[in-house]
Order: sequence, then structure tokens, then C-alpha cells
Amino acid sequence: MRYLPLNEDDRAAMLARIGVSSIDDLFADIPAKARLDGLIEGLPPHASEMAVERHFTDLSRQSLSAGDAPFFCGGGAYRHHVPASVDHLIQRSEFLTAYTPYQPEIAQGTLQTLFEFQTQVAQLTGMDVANASLYDGSTATAEAVHMAARITRRRKCVLAPGLHPHYAQTVQTAVQGETMDMQVMTPAMGADAGVVDALDDQTACIVVQSPNVFGELVDLEPLAKAAHAVGALLIAVTTEVVALGLVKSPGEMGADIVAAEGQSIGNGLSFGGPYVGLLACRNDRKFIRQAPGRFAGETVDEAGKRGYVLTLSTREQHIRREKATSNICTNSGLCTLAFSIHLALLGEVGLRKLAALNHARACVLADRLDALDGVQVLNQSFFNEFAVRVQGNASQIVEDMAKAGVLGGIPAARLFGTGKFDDVLIIAVTETNRDEDFDALVATLAEAL
Amino acid sequence: MAMNSTGRPTAPTGDGLCPDDLKTFSGSRGLMQQEPLLHEVGAPEKCGVDLPDVPEHTARLGGLERDKTIGLPGLSEPEAMRHYVRLSQRNYAIDLGLYPLGSCTMKHNPRLNEKLARLPGFADVHPLQPQSTVQGALGLMAELSDWLVAITGMDAVALPPKAGAHGEWCGMMCIRAAIEERGELDTRRRVLVPESAHGTNPATAAACGFEIDELPADATGRVDMEILRTKIGPDVAAIMLTNPNTGGLFERDIREIADLVHEAGGYFYCDGANLNAIMGKTRVRDLGVDAMHINLHKTFSTPHGGGGPGAGPVVLSKRLSNYAPLPYLVRNGDGWALIEEATQSEAKPFGRMSAFHGQMGMFVRALAYMMSHGADGLRQVSEDAVLNANYLLARLSEEMSPAFDGVCMHEALFDDAFLKDTGVTTLDFAKAMIDEGYHPMTMYFPLIVHGAMLIEPTETESKESLDRFADSLLLLAKMAKSGDTARFTAAPALAPLRRLDETRAARTPVLRWKATDA
Repeated sequence: MRYLPLNEDDRAAMLARIGVSSIDDLFADIPAKARLDGLIEGLPPHASEMAVERHFTDLSRQSLSAGDAPFFCGGGAYRHHVPASVDHLIQRSEFLTAYTPYQPEIAQGTLQTLFEFQTQVAQLTGMDVANASLYDGSTATAEAVHMAARITRRRKCVLAPGLHPHYAQTVQTAVQGETMDMQVMTPAMGADAGVVDALDDQTACIVVQSPNVFGELVDLEPLAKAAHAVGALLIAVTTEVVALGLVKSPGEMGADIVAAEGQSIGNGLSFGGPYVGLLACRNDRKFIRQAPGRFAGETVDEAGKRGYVLTLSTREQHIRREKATSNICTNSGLCTLAFSIHLALLGEVGLRKLAALNHARACVLADRLDALDGVQVLNQSFFNEFAVRVQGNASQIVEDMAKAGVLGGIPAARLFGTGKFDDVLIIAVTETNRDEDFDALVATLAEAL
Repeated sequence: MAMNSTGRPTAPTGDGLCPDDLKTFSGSRGLMQQEPLLHEVGAPEKCGVDLPDVPEHTARLGGLERDKTIGLPGLSEPEAMRHYVRLSQRNYAIDLGLYPLGSCTMKHNPRLNEKLARLPGFADVHPLQPQSTVQGALGLMAELSDWLVAITGMDAVALPPKAGAHGEWCGMMCIRAAIEERGELDTRRRVLVPESAHGTNPATAAACGFEIDELPADATGRVDMEILRTKIGPDVAAIMLTNPNTGGLFERDIREIADLVHEAGGYFYCDGANLNAIMGKTRVRDLGVDAMHINLHKTFSTPHGGGGPGAGPVVLSKRLSNYAPLPYLVRNGDGWALIEEATQSEAKPFGRMSAFHGQMGMFVRALAYMMSHGADGLRQVSEDAVLNANYLLARLSEEMSPAFDGVCMHEALFDDAFLKDTGVTTLDFAKAMIDEGYHPMTMYFPLIVHGAMLIEPTETESKESLDRFADSLLLLAKMAKSGDTARFTAAPALAPLRRLDETRAARTPVLRWKATDA
């Protein structure tokens, strides 16, 4: 066994040193009735590296990967080009095989990169501070709702019509253990401004996504003002953070808490995970004390040298136990590093250009699709993703396009269930889409209609 | 003096400065390079990415264009490599040495698994692609499920949870849903949690809306059965028990505990953090468990990555299988289908835990690990993990004080009795280990032991490595007892930084860089 260094001589010598005669003496506490004498049933014996690799390669080939097809899926996960150096650096042993930086003297690499990550996230979202990550955007949104309820000591939460339905379901599931009054607005395009109608003096928060699930950009400023007027908080959600390189940040528009999916910077699609949840908020003691997850903070060592530690941990489960702000422990460490390195390589100039490129390419495709008979672009505004109405059933059309080797977007029915948006297709465009991909999409879509 | 052919000395001359006294002009110290913050070395105009020109277009941003700068620093690629490689060198890691962090299972991370997780059929597929185009990825999830079910003997597995705590929440929400269906949600309020439990257990039970009732340990470090019997009643929703427990001990009475809870109408949630000790030696099903999460990043070696990502699939008994969250896999002819909506479901899923289907990248790595080991290897893993821990327990007991009598499972727990009257604390002892080139063990946990030191070597340490580690710790223990406290209270002296002021960090939080600080 290539991963097990002990040999039979070692084992015998060690058992002797321990003072037992066989390995089973060490397992004597397992009740006799529950002991397994033979090998686990139904599993094969150990396999060579070559055999395992062959099996996985075969499995991998049974999927159509995004790189092998004109690809236009978004809906909360986006395919951007990640520089090779990002993947190389996150595989450095010292990052990959370290754990949570509980011993700061020998974990400054992780701690400093987390501090840098927190700064980048705060800058990008226009907020004062950010935590060291949560699992993903949807769980970050749920945590933000809990946080808002604790800060305001109110129980009502309003989910805007443009919130990703999987995010809405995640939030609804997450609050089952509490007495929250959830108001989930009926999904619709162009309707997010209507969220203010649900506000009252019992409202803890409104949750508004921009770009929303249909790709529309939402002006958060009037929503923030209306929320603040009744003592409620605005939670701004973003599933495509590259947009923040081109559009006003939620912080600038008055958001109190930002919950976002950070996958699209530095992290691949990976069939839905692992991703990286971003959580940023105002620099208000009350907010920070109620925030979930870890924070890296600056301090000094005994010799006065600057260094970083995990801090404010009296909010967390390992100290506060049942009174903690969240049960989260493991977060998205390595994904934050990928995010941070990619964003460092982009920098201000690169991120802005990347965002502009995404938007421009999306505009070009939207115009081409709009010119197609039987296709109508529905968005008044968008960043790199928009909804189109197609003549026919969008789910069937997507299946037909897939058969022709084109991954032509997400049928809205996949997100909302059938019946409501059956003729709506949501299409995302990034810098990875070439003109040939546009040609292929337009041709197969025209064919499938 | 020895010279080579060009007259260059080939041996040290012995007249150098003591390294502690040597102040350098650069701030670097040999291989330990000085490295400021990204925001100090980077600049807004720098960029390490080449992008094509932006085509002509009419913007459709709805008047929401950004008009302010973000302030993000950029780096060229060579500068980025230096920044991150230098920072990496300030981290301890499994690949550098023994990482005996109890309860965390810091074992070797095979690189084959990294390679396979990057295959395009797993890494470059979208969670919402047509299901007909992701049959390989779904097939992998099905295979992983089969392995987890075989290892535990349970009836079903829920793959969505993204880490251990998320898995606990998944299992407890299944229990909540079952209780709700029985119409007992208002009366079954109490969850029993041992004092020795990970903090996530009580935090999870609270997040599900339950009340927490703590169970003390008996003198042997296990659940006190007398007290448990008095606490069992019709208002008990569940017990959350880690087994082997956080003291590294197997709960001998586990079947009786399960029976007591079941007879009272409650459920048994097992925290699977320590599965590494019992794989192939017992099946969780045979212990009477109803739900257990499995930390793929511990037992099945997906890398810890500086704190994540993890994955926490939950195995479920028949009584709970029906409540597993969305989405879940079902057979569909020759292939697989994902049930993503409650309306498509014949079961009663308690809800949705996150946007997509779980930690695919971790699934690939964990399955590769399992297949590499096979049924024989997985059992050997547990045997060697337990053997290594007991070997350290035996050797270290010469100078250190074991918290409990007898053998342990995969981790050895010591208290600070051996440091009594030495002036050296558990923290000091741990920091002195850093100077010896080791990552300290888990300190001050579990809470039931004074000055706890929890040592988990894992099965991927050789005997030689364990001996070197034990030799170092024994010498440290002797030195502490001999009165050399200064060495401990001043430790670490040889790490990149000395002890850090955590009080200051918490009292005046500085959580980000700001331009004014520059």
C-alpha cells in the first residue's frame, strides 16, 4: 500500500512496545456483536495508481465538459479563464496541506493571505470589512439573513423576486429552526424594486440580488433608503462578482451586508463545488460581533513585528458552543486563496477590463440573438447574462442544442420548476466565448426552434 | 583548511556570528524572505493577465456603471509567484512534517487525487448543464455513495453538505423532519450532547431549534451511563455523540446508548469526525446510528487547504432516508438523474442546503483515495492509525501524563499533570514543539481534561517519524520538569514570528488593510 509507511516488522515491534499481542487488542472496546471480522463486503481490494487513473479518466470522458463545447451556462456559476499560475500556487504543499491557522507563528502564510483576501473582498463589494469566507454564495446569503435578524432583533425577512431560487430555498431551509417570518416574492423580471412594498417596522432585512437571476442589474440605492427608513437592513447578493469591476458596488449603493459567490474569480465550475462564499458588512461593532465564520486580524508579536491571527473567535462555535453566531468551522480556505491570487493577477486594471470584455461580448451576442426570428431578449439591463424568450419549450431546446454539441444556456424551468418560465432561456457570456461559439449558438438555436 | 582546486574553502571556518544576533538590512533572513502585504507590493496599474481588446458595443448597464476606483492592487506574474511562494514558506504543512492535530486527521494527501479532480469531466462541467451531458459526473457521485454506504452499512447517503458542521446540520434536520412528521416537534425539544463534544455539535443542535442538555463524562472519559439514564425521556429528540469520542476513546456502551435513545423515541446522531479509527473494524449501522456525517477532508484525505474546503456527506438509517435534502440522485434507465425540486420528489426532503449538489472536487479526491486503498487498505488505515496513536501513547507516557488509563483509538489524550509546578503550561509546551520543528497537538480540547493535549499522528507516519517525534517530546517534558521554564515561556524562538498578541487583535480589530496605514 503506497500510502502506508509501516511494514509488518514495524507493526510487530510497536505492538510489543505497547504491550499487546495483536492489533485486535486495541479494538477490544468495540462491542463483540458489532465487530467486523472479514473485509468490508462489496468493495474491491486496493488498486494501483494506474488503475485508479484509468477508471476516473473513463468516467470523466462520459461528460461533455465546458471546454469541449460552445458554452453559455451561468445561473450562479460562471466559466472564466483562470491563469495557470493560480492553480500552481494553490498546490504548493504549504498551502494545500496546512490546516486552519490555529498556531499563528507557523501559519503566517495562510493568515496573511486571508487578511489580503478580506481586504480585496471589502474593496470589491464597497464594504468596510469581510470575513475569511463561507461555503458558497447561497449559504453566505442564509448566514447574512441570520445575522440581520440578530442585529435588528426582528424576525421578518423579504426575498426579492430576482433572487436565485436555489438561494431562496437555501435561506428558507436554513431558518426552519427559528421563528422567522419569510416573505418570498413571486419570481419575476423587472420587479425587484417592488421589494420595498413589503417593508414594515417588523422587517429585519430585504434580500436583493444584482445582477439578479435573470441577469438584470438592480439599482440598490432606493431600496437601501427605503429599508433604512424603517430600520431594516439591505442584504445585497451577487453570484457573479466579476460584474463588480464594471458596475457600482453594493456598498456604494447603501447595502448593509453583502453575500456573494466568489467562484467566478479563481475557481472552476467543478460541477457545483467547492466554491467560496463571500460575506462583507459595515464596520459596525454590532455587525462584526454578529458575523459568522472566521476573521484574520492584524497584531504584533512579542518582538513588535507585524503579524496576523484568527480573531474575534468568541463569536464562534468552538468557544461559544450553542450560543455561537453559526455552526461553521471548516470554510473555503483554498478557494479563497485561488480567488485572491487571481484577483491579484488581474488587479484594478485587469478586473475592469475583464468586466468590460464580458459585458461587451454579452452585448454582441444579445444583439445577434435578438435579430433571430422567434427569439426575444427580455432584459432592459444586464452584465454578462440575460434572459431570452424563445418560441417553444426552452428545456427541450437546450436538450436539442446539447445533442448538437452546444451547451446553450439554462432553461429557466430548471431553476423555477416547470410551468412559469417554460419559454425562457438564460444565457451567460464570458471572455472565454469566441465568435465561433456565438455562430454555433445562433445556428443551433435557429435549428432547434 | 580544506580547499578545492580553485582555492575556495570547502569547510566552515567557525568564526561566524550567532544567528540570533545577526540583524539584516533587508529584513529577510536567508531563505526566510521578507514579504509585505499584497496591498503594499502591488499597484493598481500592474497586471498579470493579458486580455483581448473590448469590442464596440452599446452598454446596457441601466445607468449603474461604476464611477469610482476599487483600489485593487495588481501584480505581474513573476511578482505574484514571489509574493505567494514567500508567504507559503511561513506555513507548517503535512508535507513538511508530522502534524499531530488531534481530531483533525492530518494525513498525507495523495497527489493522484489532485490530478484526477482536475479532469475536465469533473472540474469543467457546470452544475446546471443538461443531465444527459454530465452522466460521468453523476456516475462518480453514485460510486462515492456506494462506497460510503458499504463502509458504514447504512441505508442512504446525502451528498450536499459542504463540511462537517454542514453535515451535522443535515443529519439533525433529517431528525427534525422525522420528529415533525410524527407531530412531536413541540414536545421533543432536548438534544443530549456530551461535554467533550466539538463545539459544532451544540451549535448545530441550536441552529435546528433544539435545546442542548450536556452530558458529563465518567472517570474513564466516556458517557456517564448513570446520568444518561436519568436524562433520557420522551422529550429527547436525539443524542449527538462522537465515536470514537474526542478523548480518542471508543464508547463501549454505544449500543446500549443507542437502545436507550431509541426506546425513548429519539434518534442517534453520530459525529463521524473520527471515522478514521474504525473503518473496516465495525460498521456504523451495527452501532445503532441513525445519521452520521463523514468528513471527506479527514478520513478520506481531501486536502485541508488552510482551513477548507471540506465535504460532509451524511449516511442515514432507513428511518431517516426519506428526509434527505435536495438535490439527490436516482437511477434513470442506464444512467442517473438528479431530483432537484420537491415537486419531482417521491420522498420528503427537508429542504435545500445550498445552491448546487455538493463538493464535487472533494468527491473525486475521496473516491480516488478509497479505490486506491480498497477494502483491505481501508481496514489497514484504521489499524495503523490506532497502532500509531497507541505507540505514541506508550512512549510518551514515560514522561507525560495520559488523561485516561488503557489503550486509545486513533488519538492519544494527555493532561497537564506532568507539568504541575513546573511553571510551564500546555500552551508553552506546545509553542516549544514549534521550535523542535513540529506543529503542536490540539490544545485545551476536549474541555473535560485539564490543559488537554490531543495527539493524532494518523496512519501515514512511519515508525521512524513517530520515534523522532516521541524523542523530542520526551526531552521537552524532561526539560520542563528540570526547571528550564524560560525555554518554554519564550517559545517559539525559531519560528518566523514570536508569540502573537491575540488580546490586542481582538480588542482593537484590524480586519483589513487601509490606504492610510501605508
